[in-house]
Amino acid sequence: MAIEARIPTILRNYTGGEKTVTGEGATLQDLFVDLDSRHEGLRGRLVSEDGSLARFVNIYLNDEDVRFLGGVQTPLTDGDVVTILPAVAGG
Amino acid sequence: MLRISRALHDAIVDHARRDHPDEACGLLAGAIGTDLPERFIPMLNAARSPTFYEYDSMEQLRVWREMDDRDEEPVVIYHSHTATEAYPSRTDINLAGEPGAHYVLVSTRDPETAEFRSYRIVDGEVAEEPVEIVA
Repeated sequence: MAIEARIPTILRNYTGGEKTVTGEGATLQDLFVDLDSRHEGLRGRLVSEDGSLARFVNIYLNDEDVRFLGGVQTPLTDGDVVTILPAVAGG
Repeated sequence: MLRISRALHDAIVDHARRDHPDEACGLLAGAIGTDLPERFIPMLNAARSPTFYEYDSMEQLRVWREMDDRDEEPVVIYHSHTATEAYPSRTDINLAGEPGAHYVLVSTRDPETAEFRSYRIVDGEVAEEPVEIVA
């Protein structure tokens, strides 16, 4: 079951510069664990210590913000595209 | 150094004035690799706050996809400070996620004169750069 993950510039140091990587998982958190096995450290940038989504990273499943779906528990299916964008925010 | 047209400079300042006392935010897109800001994209401040700004996540996805389709990138990411100087706050530095972008800050604290300054923010380090306004 292949899921495509699109990686923003600021996180490409974890993917050897690749813009797109593939992984698998029944849920978003499974995908993160799978990706982290080949791109060590990536997961730590996407979730906080308690395992929930990091506050200032936007993660989209296809066209939806996963915060409006099931967060890290969001189920994935073959062919899904997960897009990661750093939130643009400040004070 | 940031080179920016007078029209884009004024569009940013106008947006900052319009949203004052809340912070205004947006970006200038340009063709990848040119470092040339060309397209003005004002964004909603989802935080609607005088001390914080945040792009709306769904608007951001739409705009980022549009840039992808047009072979553009965010050349300038701007926001305003409405009561303090146009210098990146600790939060601005911690959350800066586009190492290739010019971070422009506009201060609207003075009703007559807008302060317009540009920075690179990479790995928590801030470097101010000159702004050249061209015709």
